[in-house]
Amino acid sequence: MNRRALGTFFEGLCRGLTLLTAFALIAILAIIVGNGASVITWEFLSSAPTDGMAHGGIFPAIFGTICITLLMLLMVLPLGVGAAIYLVEYAGRGLGPRIIRAAVNNLAGVPSIVCGLFGLGFFILFVGRNLDRVLQTGLLFGQPAMLWAAATLAILVLPVVIVSTEEALRAVPRSHREAGFALGATRWRVVRQIVLPQAYPGILTGAILSISRGAGETAPILFTGCAYFLPRLPLTHVFGVPMVNPLDQFMELSYHIFIMATQSTDAQLTRPIQYGTTLVLVALTFALNLTAIIARNRGRRQQVTAS
Amino acid sequence: MWLTMGRGSGTSAWGEVVAELPAVRPVPAASRRPRRRRDWDEVVIEAGLRLAGYVAVILIGLIFAFLLKEGIQALLRIPLSEFLSTTVLDYQGNPKVVRLWQPVGDAPKYSLLPLLTGSFLVAVPATILAGIFGVGTGVYLAELASTRTREILKPMIELLAGIPTVVIGFLCLASLGTFLQELLGTTFRLNAFVGAIGVALVTVPLIASLTEDALRAVPAELRSAAYGLGATRWQVIAGVSVPAAVSGIAAACILGMGRALGETMIVLLATGNAALITLDVFSSVRTMTATIAAELGAVVQGGEQYQALFLVGGLLLTITFTINVVAELVLERMRRRLAS
Repeated sequence: MNRRALGTFFEGLCRGLTLLTAFALIAILAIIVGNGASVITWEFLSSAPTDGMAHGGIFPAIFGTICITLLMLLMVLPLGVGAAIYLVEYAGRGLGPRIIRAAVNNLAGVPSIVCGLFGLGFFILFVGRNLDRVLQTGLLFGQPAMLWAAATLAILVLPVVIVSTEEALRAVPRSHREAGFALGATRWRVVRQIVLPQAYPGILTGAILSISRGAGETAPILFTGCAYFLPRLPLTHVFGVPMVNPLDQFMELSYHIFIMATQSTDAQLTRPIQYGTTLVLVALTFALNLTAIIARNRGRRQQVTAS
Repeated sequence: MWLTMGRGSGTSAWGEVVAELPAVRPVPAASRRPRRRRDWDEVVIEAGLRLAGYVAVILIGLIFAFLLKEGIQALLRIPLSEFLSTTVLDYQGNPKVVRLWQPVGDAPKYSLLPLLTGSFLVAVPATILAGIFGVGTGVYLAELASTRTREILKPMIELLAGIPTVVIGFLCLASLGTFLQELLGTTFRLNAFVGAIGVALVTVPLIASLTEDALRAVPAELRSAAYGLGATRWQVIAGVSVPAAVSGIAAACILGMGRALGETMIVLLATGNAALITLDVFSSVRTMTATIAAELGAVVQGGEQYQALFLVGGLLLTITFTINVVAELVLERMRRRLAS
């Protein structure tokens, strides 16, 4: 009887801890929405900061966040998906793939601020400055820019893309590959025409998760390209057509929250703007995460029914 | 394909899955090349994929190389003992040993001790908190929750992991700090404990999901056998499942600790950033990560402080790397035990 009571107690404890954790999420959302919702207007979303960032909107930060995450995706997706295809479809079980897997694991454990240090030391001061020297471009590449910030973020999310793509590729039944080989298809043809189409939703999930992760990270971009305030958008005109300039600095949502909360001229006065920016960032990452979670659960369920 | 496969496919009389295969046009026999010669495009593509695979290895190597490169220069430039303490003259002219991180000024001081104690003063309470909540949540999700409850709660835990850390840090700064100060009457509004709660919030989902995975890896026969002997559900959990998965759960907590030590934005915003050597969790502290984040933007590139910050980064990377390796070894042990 006593033992049973103890069991009930511990089961209740586990349930309580889980509910408290879930409650933390709700509390966080409630605080953000409660304080930030009143700030959100079309004007807030579509205009630039004014009066030394004490008023105005956050459009440049939204624009910068979208640009940098897309640029990051452009870099990380071919690399990450390629690496996963190599690991699952080509590599087998030798020493090489084991080293790669260990490297991916450890890359996932690298603190984000260390990524930022590396981005500054490698991309800007080593690659950038040497490019400038070779191309005689003065100080074009060797300074903080969207390109380098995106590259630094790409390092951070590379393990996310590799691991989720691997999972998606492994979920494709072996028999489908064998059917392809039996028809005389080469390995790449099997990958491209049989494996990748089936793994596509899983790969997409990984891409979405990496965007959400990249959009929320601040530490890697602190020194690699973020600007406190830019009076213009990071655009350049190529033959009169406006294009995003990857060599320009940019404003970014998570960095905007950070500097508004710590280095604003009057942090108390701009608190509503801080909460509003937070709400926009959280809404963005949540929408992405929720899409990814739903897509994955759906994929898993269908896998279960299919196998 | 996944989307169409689910409903459209069924099981044939032989129990095999019949799913719609994407059309692969068979290569006409006449155009088929001899088997021995490999197609050039195949070779090029495989080489490209292999290169993509090794990029992760190259990156990890470069990260270590660049941190070491600058960090070693700091070691050569600054006397080794300076990283522990500096002897200064107090206002009466008596020598005094101080352990400070004060890289700016006439006599820069580079003691790493306040940064190390600061980092651990946040990471240890955070890991304890996250361990309690994470393991509890993992056990509940893996062993106790009904499928429906699980399908609601698990995405919520995952969403908690998806909140950007700068947001958690901001909330600690803007709300939690004040709330806790009023509740506990602490001297500092922003202190190690506030930071630890924030860091715990992002570590709980990690520990919970790894704990859940570890428990799910325990073979069902073990549980069935215990139930067959008349054990209650909790007896099965406490006596069979958790002991079998204990290495995995330990690895989860170790990885959580690594994550907590590397966390930057939360501690930068929530711990007050005063580089004090203290064991009081309600004191304001400064971690290694926050030091790099706060100072690197304003230093001379290639200067003494710049290199010292890379040394701090190298130290941090070494610590988290060691932690990850330990966790991996513990996990390996669990895999072997479950396999035998």
